[in-house]
Amino acid sequence: MKIHIPTPLRQYAEKKATIEVAAGNVGDALSALTNKYPDLRRHLYTDEGKLRAFVNVYLNDEDIRYLHKESTLVKESDNLSIVPSIAGGACACCCPCRMLL
Amino acid sequence: MLKIDQRCYEQLRRHGEETYPHECCGVMLGTMEGDERVVTAVVRAGNTRTDSPQNRYNIDPRELIAIQRQGREKGLDIVGFYHSHPDHPAHWSATDLEDAHWLGCSYVITRVEKGQARDTNSFALAGGEESAKRFQDEQLEVTGQIAETKTGA
Repeated sequence: MKIHIPTPLRQYAEKKATIEVAAGNVGDALSALTNKYPDLRRHLYTDEGKLRAFVNVYLNDEDIRYLHKESTLVKESDNLSIVPSIAGGACACCCPCRMLL
Repeated sequence: MLKIDQRCYEQLRRHGEETYPHECCGVMLGTMEGDERVVTAVVRAGNTRTDSPQNRYNIDPRELIAIQRQGREKGLDIVGFYHSHPDHPAHWSATDLEDAHWLGCSYVITRVEKGQARDTNSFALAGGEESAKRFQDEQLEVTGQIAETKTGA
């Protein structure tokens, strides 16, 4: 199966955008990825070994949180996408931007 | 440095005007060339923060995956993101930094004042890891026209 690597993490995966791994479930696929590229581990996981909250993992078009998380079974033809969250916004409180007014 | 052609630049600014008084958001596709990010396409995204769209944005990861796939088919990568600040400075906020996770990418912010796009600034998300991330002012070059980074209102 293919794992799609987001731009910020490619420097830890030989600059590759897509990695092929053989695995039976999502957890095994991510393990295969981080075993091959150990520097990825700290960016994907907390010190306690859990996926970081802002790291979204999608099996094809499904968030694994709503499937069986890392126990979700996978097929050779599947695509796994690692997608860090995109969010933000102006805030109506003390912050660097407010100090510019 | 972030390089962006005039057409894309105007597109992301216009997006902020259209969604005013709510924040707009979108994705910048292009190529990484050393320390420079070159934008060749911008793709609008939906803002899922319908609870507080006037000062918050969030892009659905599924939409991001689709945009990323779109880019891949054209040989383009995600090089950054843009959003607007309605009646608020074109500068990153504490919330922007807290929720920024695409290290090495550019975050472009446009101040939209009373429905009109004003200044647009770009910030590079620097740092080797999440715990050390920070925004750095970066030069924004529009099709040969150098736009000086403005940190004021």
